[in-house]
Amino acid sequence: MPLVNGGKIADDSFVKLAVDTPLPEGGDILVPAERFLGDADALLGRGGKIGVIWPNNRDIAELVPYLGRIAVVALVFPSFRDGRAYSQARLLRERYNYRGELRATGQVLRDQFVFMLRAGFDSFEVKKQADAEAFMATAKRYSVFYQPTGDGRITALHRRMQLRHSEGIGT
Amino acid sequence: MYAYDEIDRTLVNERVSEFRDQVKRRLSGELTEDEFKMLRLQNGVYLQLHAYMFRVAIPYGTLASNQLRQLAHVARKYDRGYGHFTTRQNIQFNWIKLSDLPDALADLAEVGIHAMQTSGNNMRNVTSDQWAGVAPGEIEDPRIWSELIRQHTTLHPEFSFLPRKFKIAITASDHDRAAIKVHDIGLRLIKNEKGETGFEVLVGGGLGRTPFIGKTIKHFVHGRDLLSYIEAILRVYNQYGRRDNIYKARIKILVHELGIEKFSREVEEEWQQIRHSSLQIDDEVIEDIRSRFIYPSYEKLPHMPDELRQAAADPDFEAWRKNSVAAHKNPGYAIVTISLKPIGAPPGDATAEQMDALADLADKYSFGEIRVGHEQNLALPHVAKRDLPALWKALDKLGLATPNVNLITDIIACPGLDYCSLANARSIPIAQELTRRFANHELANLIGRLHINISGCINACGHHHVGHIGILGVEKNGEEVYQITIGGRADESAALGNLIGPGVKFHEVADVIEDIVEAYLALRERPDELFVDTVKRLGVEPFKERVYATR
Repeated sequence: MPLVNGGKIADDSFVKLAVDTPLPEGGDILVPAERFLGDADALLGRGGKIGVIWPNNRDIAELVPYLGRIAVVALVFPSFRDGRAYSQARLLRERYNYRGELRATGQVLRDQFVFMLRAGFDSFEVKKQADAEAFMATAKRYSVFYQPTGDGRITALHRRMQLRHSEGIGT
Repeated sequence: MYAYDEIDRTLVNERVSEFRDQVKRRLSGELTEDEFKMLRLQNGVYLQLHAYMFRVAIPYGTLASNQLRQLAHVARKYDRGYGHFTTRQNIQFNWIKLSDLPDALADLAEVGIHAMQTSGNNMRNVTSDQWAGVAPGEIEDPRIWSELIRQHTTLHPEFSFLPRKFKIAITASDHDRAAIKVHDIGLRLIKNEKGETGFEVLVGGGLGRTPFIGKTIKHFVHGRDLLSYIEAILRVYNQYGRRDNIYKARIKILVHELGIEKFSREVEEEWQQIRHSSLQIDDEVIEDIRSRFIYPSYEKLPHMPDELRQAAADPDFEAWRKNSVAAHKNPGYAIVTISLKPIGAPPGDATAEQMDALADLADKYSFGEIRVGHEQNLALPHVAKRDLPALWKALDKLGLATPNVNLITDIIACPGLDYCSLANARSIPIAQELTRRFANHELANLIGRLHINISGCINACGHHHVGHIGILGVEKNGEEVYQITIGGRADESAALGNLIGPGVKFHEVADVIEDIVEAYLALRERPDELFVDTVKRLGVEPFKERVYATR
C-alpha cells in the first residue's frame, strides 16, 4: 500500500505493531491506541519515533496529553463511507493544535483526498497505486471552498469580502 | 432569485469535471460499482428498476425561467421528455443513461444548477417555504439564510460521510409550508426583543420507518451563530450517530436514544468551543448574499383591477382562482400555485413542453421566476392581479389549470413500484384512481382542504405519516397491502396520523378513502371544519366504525 506524504509517494519509516507484537529494538513504530495508552511512558522513552493508530470510535481527547511527543497520529477509515475520522482530524488540528503527521489509513481512495486534506490530513496510506500516483492532480481539483477549516485555504465568503473591499478602494 | 457569482460557478464546474472523471473511471472498470455507488449518489444518481434516475437540486425551491428551460432541455435531450418534481424541491429524471450524465450536468451548470448532495449520506438540498419573499406577514426572506447554508453544506469536508442522510428546512412565516418539524434540522426564523434575526432550532424530526416530530433544541440562536450551531449538531451526530444499522442511523434515533436534554447538552458543549471561530457570520457577509438576490420592481397596482372583476363572472375562472391564487405581500400582486395534479395523471410530473411554456409565462407574468413546493406543485410568485385571467387561459391550454390546489385530488405520492427499486407497492396508480373518484370539482370543493399522501414503502418518500389521510403500501405474502392513517399534518401543528384499521388490498383503497370522506361529511360540525380538525375532535374511532362496519 503506497504512502503519500508531502504530496508525493514516499517511503514509510514506520513499522506497524499489533497489540502483542514484540517491541523492536529501535526504529519508528506505529502502535494501536490501547497498547500506547497502557504503556505510554515506556514507549515514549525508547529510541525511534512513535506513532499511534487511533480508532474512529474512541474520544480523541484522550490522546491530548501526549500530542507533543508523538510523531504520527494514524486515523482509520474502516470503509470510505464511515466519516468519523474527519471529525477527529479537525479536532486534532483545530482544537488541540496537533502539528505532527496526521495519517489517513484504511479504505483511502482518490475521491476523498480533497476532503481529507481539508480536514487536516497530510499523509495517506492509499489503497490503490493508481490513486496514489494521481494524488497531486486530484488535490488540485478544486479551487473554491465554502467552509472554513484549519487548513488555511481561503473560503468563498472571505474571498468575496476581499473582492468587495478591493473594489471599494477604487471608488 | 440568487445570482451565482464567479466563485459559485467555478465550484459547480469543478464538480462537473470531477464527476466526468468518476464516470470515466467507472466505465473503464477502474472503479468498482461499490466504490462508484457513493460517488454517484453524492451527485444525485440512483440506480432504479429500469434505468438510472437523476435528481437535480432546486435549492429552496426558487427557479429562474432560463433554469426551467434548461431542465426542459435535459428532459428532452437526455430523458423521455418529462421530469418529476419531488417533495424536497428537487426534480427527477427517470430514464437517463450513465454515459450522458456528465453532459447533462454540464448543461445544467451553465445556468447555475447542480445535483450535488441530492442523495447519499450527506447534507441534502436545503429547502424552504415556496412562498419565501412574497408571503404576507413573513418576518424576512428565509432564502438568504438558506443560501448561506447551501454554500456551507456543499462539499463539506467533515460531513460528507455521515451515518445517514441529513435534511434541513427553513421557514420565516407563522404558517409553515416547509414542513420543518419533519426534518433533521428545522429552522424557524424569528426576531429577538432587540429586533435581531435568529432561529428557533428543531432537531430530530423525520418520517421513514420510525417517524418523529422534531423537538426544539434551542429557542433562539442568533443569526451570526447559525453556522456554528449547525456545525455543532452535525459534529455530535457524525461522531455518535449509529452506523451499525441503517434503519437506526438518522439523527432522530440518536436524539431519541440520548433524550433531547442530553443531546442538547452535548451540542451546547461543542458549540461553546466553536461559536467564536471563523464560523461566526458578520452582517457584511449576509448583506453580500442578500445583494445577489434579485427582487422584482413592483408597480403600484390596484388591489381589485377591472380585469379581475370581469373575470369573476366566469365560474371556471373563479373555481381556479379560489384555490390557486393566494395573497401576496404587495396588494396589487398574487401568488399563483400551478397544480401538477391533473385528473388521472401521476402527481408532480411536467413535460418539457409544459416547462418551456411555463418559463415563457413566468417571463411574461412573474418577473421570470418560478417556485417549487414540497406538495409537488409549482408557483408563479409575482403575478399582477390584472393578469390573472390571461394567465389562467394560458395555463388552461397547457393543462396546468386544474382547480384542485389543496383539495383531495392534490395528492402527494412517491414514484412507488412503477419506478423505484425500494418500493413494495404501487403509489402512482392509487393516486390516479383517487383523482378519478374525486374528479367532480363540486364534490372536491364541498370536502374542502384535505391532503392525501401516498408512499409505496416504509421509507415514506410520499410523507404518508403527515397526510391528513396517509396511505402506505407494504408487501404481505406477495401482495400489495395498504395501511391507512388519518389525522396527520406537516405544518406548524405537525402530527403523525393514526392507523384506522387493518390494511386493505390495492383495489379496495379508493373505496375505503371514499368511505372515510363520507364519514367526515356526516361527522363534521360545520362545512368549514376541515377533515383534519374533525379527526382531531373525534379521534379515529368513528371513522373506523364506518369504514369497517361493512367490511
